[in-house]
Amino acid sequence: MNPAVRHFILTFFPHNVLELGADGAIIMASLAIVFVLTYFKKWKWLWREYLTTVDHKKIGIMYIIAAITMLFRGGSDAILMRSQLAFPNEHFLSANHYDEIFTTHGTVMILFMAMPFVIGLFNVAVPLQIGARDVAFPYLNAISFWLFFVAALLFNLSFVVGGSPNAGWTSYTPLAGAHFDPGPGENYYLIALQITGIGTIATGVNFLVTILKMRAPGMTLMRMPMFTWSVLITSILIIFAFPVLAVDLALLLIDRLFGAHFFTISAGGMPMQWVNLFWIWGHPEVYIVILPLFGVFSEVVATFSRKRLFGYGAMVVSLLAISILSFVVWVHHFFTMGAGVGVNDFFGVSTMLIAVPTGVKMFNWLFTMWRGRVEFAMPMLWALAFIPTFLIGGLSGVMLAVAPADYQYHNSYFLVAHFHYVLVGGTVFGCFAGMYYWWPKMFGVKLDERTGRWAFWTWIVSFNVCFLPMFVVGLMGMTRRMYTYPAGLGWMPYNFVETIGAYGMAIGFVLMVYNIVYSIRKGERDLTGDPWDGRTLEWSTTSPAPEYNFAVTPVVHDRDEWWYQKYVDKSKKEKPVIRPIHMPNNSGRPITLAAGFGLAGFGFVFAWYVPAILGLLIVLICLGARSFELNTDHYIPVDVIERTEAAAGRL
Amino acid sequence: MAYSMEADMEHDHHIDTSKPMEYSTEDGSLKIFGFWVFLGSDLVLFSCLFTMYILLFRNTAGSFTSQQLFDYPTFLSETFLLLTSSFTCGLATYSMRRGMKNATIAWLIVTVLLGLGFIGFEVSEFTKYVSMGATMHTSAFLSAFFTLVGTHGCHVSLGILWLTSIIIQVAMRGLNPVTTRKIFIAGLYWHFLDVAWIFIFTVVYFMGKVL
Amino acid sequence: MASNDTTKHGQHHQEAFPWKHIIGFLLSLVLTFGSLWFVLGSHLPSQAVISAIVILAVFQAMIQLFLFMHLTETFGPNYQQFLIFFAFFIAFTVVAGSIWIMAFKSYVA
Repeated sequence: MNPAVRHFILTFFPHNVLELGADGAIIMASLAIVFVLTYFKKWKWLWREYLTTVDHKKIGIMYIIAAITMLFRGGSDAILMRSQLAFPNEHFLSANHYDEIFTTHGTVMILFMAMPFVIGLFNVAVPLQIGARDVAFPYLNAISFWLFFVAALLFNLSFVVGGSPNAGWTSYTPLAGAHFDPGPGENYYLIALQITGIGTIATGVNFLVTILKMRAPGMTLMRMPMFTWSVLITSILIIFAFPVLAVDLALLLIDRLFGAHFFTISAGGMPMQWVNLFWIWGHPEVYIVILPLFGVFSEVVATFSRKRLFGYGAMVVSLLAISILSFVVWVHHFFTMGAGVGVNDFFGVSTMLIAVPTGVKMFNWLFTMWRGRVEFAMPMLWALAFIPTFLIGGLSGVMLAVAPADYQYHNSYFLVAHFHYVLVGGTVFGCFAGMYYWWPKMFGVKLDERTGRWAFWTWIVSFNVCFLPMFVVGLMGMTRRMYTYPAGLGWMPYNFVETIGAYGMAIGFVLMVYNIVYSIRKGERDLTGDPWDGRTLEWSTTSPAPEYNFAVTPVVHDRDEWWYQKYVDKSKKEKPVIRPIHMPNNSGRPITLAAGFGLAGFGFVFAWYVPAILGLLIVLICLGARSFELNTDHYIPVDVIERTEAAAGRL
Repeated sequence: MAYSMEADMEHDHHIDTSKPMEYSTEDGSLKIFGFWVFLGSDLVLFSCLFTMYILLFRNTAGSFTSQQLFDYPTFLSETFLLLTSSFTCGLATYSMRRGMKNATIAWLIVTVLLGLGFIGFEVSEFTKYVSMGATMHTSAFLSAFFTLVGTHGCHVSLGILWLTSIIIQVAMRGLNPVTTRKIFIAGLYWHFLDVAWIFIFTVVYFMGKVL
Repeated sequence: MASNDTTKHGQHHQEAFPWKHIIGFLLSLVLTFGSLWFVLGSHLPSQAVISAIVILAVFQAMIQLFLFMHLTETFGPNYQQFLIFFAFFIAFTVVAGSIWIMAFKSYVA
């Protein structure tokens, strides 16, 4: 064999049995997908209906499917970690392999699972809730999705070629600098996050403009559904937080590739400044992945209590308060840096203040249920599970906000338990609540209740079995990210229980997938468009909604407009006049542009500048072609709309 | 159900002549507002680079200091070129609003030329420093300097490409709601680069001379 | 698009001579020379010079925003003004907060 090729293979491809097996599985799965698509002649359909689409509903579906896949990927990491820690002194995984796994677990779960899931829900629900035909910039929306998708592929490619990043999802310098971590893994992290971050900023801009400028007539800001409010606030957080991450990632990449000295120890660099910038983004980021779910809970709780949301105004004010406070608390992630009494006091107090608006929201959900006719449907079950779980997570967070005490909790399993209680209990349960709630709107079929309950209870019990003992073992002194631990410290029973819980959650995930597959085949079809007796506009159109969402733009009179139209408005309904509808054209350019980014990113990972420049050229050409493009949109003629509406029994 | 026809018109592709042309379609006003939002995001991006520079500019690692490197004629020329280009870009928008196609194109060309002059000065400045041995590897100060000023330079270069593409489109297609919107947005971008430069010449160059 | 339509559009939005732009340009030149004078001509202590030139820079940025970029011009609610001010607030938080936090070396030392 050519020595250069041999060197390349030995350097960049794994040579331990576990990793090779995983690589094999990835390759087999990819080949299987290609084979199935080819065998059933679905390529053309896939290209026309999904790969080139600019329809927010389809983009939302793709986001959510990708997020569930990534939940599987990040969950597999978790299972490997828990297997290693079930007993003391295990060496099933090597230290480096364990490092890679906790790094990818965190990164995948936050940036490639939670973010796309949340953004998928934005796409599925927001335009429908505000009575719009699509988002403000549908073409840009497609670019956002494909950038995320390509970034996720690039990040997962690290596992096969070159080795995964291994400096933690926070990637602290100087450990993550070129000196201590020379391999390409860290570059994968920096570049994949950069690419998905660009897409996320675009999403933030897109939804901010959509919500502020494209609401149906009559929908004032204070008549917006609570989910739309939460997306509006989240968009503002994205717009102002993500550029900070972009700079942080770019600077570390410049350090690593071009030998600069931002975060090095030598030549005057400041390693702690990486941490500082990371958390200026990172703290708003945790609100970016929780606030939209607060919105989901507000919708779900009101719908399944058959009551108007309690304290709407207070909800809006607390959202605003949380969004501003979330920008001034970031130091609580590194109290132990030793920034001094003044700094730690300020950020400790501001952190505790966030508990106030969050508590307001908790009480509002409880008061919405109070004396309502609560129906325990699947979305409501997830919302009810959220409240106590998030309460434990939130209160342990207030404990962590006490700076002197934090010196004890810092980097222990107590912290790990805390953020899993908020991120799983808040974000993941919220995503599931939203998924069950809007599934009929996405696919025209309800997710089955009976199998859904099996998945639900398995999840809830296993989650607590897995994470509650971590509070204890954390206080006993077990620190996070340790790849193995000695016997005789009394940690083993707790760890063993935690591992049982982790496997239980895996079973819960499998049951949930079964629930979805079962429902697609045998689930109850939703022919009304309004399976839950909903309150907001997305339930006024068919399930799934037609391409143009609403045959005629609705006029809004009330906060719960659809409820108002169903039960309050007794005036005679005039027959709507249908006019041609103006819609954007599909385009293959977003996916091409994202592929260009992917190629450039892959080039930069290995500092191969030919593919890097080639990829950037593709991006530039796509941008230029778009600038000169004339036919960007079309009209749907009246007879097509009438036929579609008639087929749905709406005329 | 209560529906209104006017409501549907609003989402339609019609032209509202009471507004300036770039705002006259829904698409136009959405894109202009969207670009403002992007500028807010870009502002925060620059603020991070400024933070790095302010934190690192004393960390010269015993090598070149700002006092030794910066010279007044270069950065003042850069400043005046960019300030003037912002002015001419404003005049392009002004002519566009008065419907004067040729004047618009002429002012845009002047803007691009001034921008090219700026880039020329900046490239020669950077080359000079590098030839003196003051590169990104030398010290944290120089890493931050090259990155902050270089990021602004990249923005200007991209702006030049963008304005050139718009000039071609205006020449080909005249002033219509699409091209005027493009001119207006590119104008916002160009003025914004001036805002960034104002802080660069204050925080980097002037403060580099004072401290 | 009809190019003869152009004349109808928004002529009444625009004065006959670009006074706003010329005043803005002259002011920005004056402010730049002002900064230059503070750095070279005045013999104030460096802290005072820095405060002065930062204030001048803020004024000059405002000229770009208000006179050239039409920040206040709007057809509907003026969301962009709020957003840009919020962006300046975040930018200030990032810069000032980081300087404050990263002064920690003096505590450690």
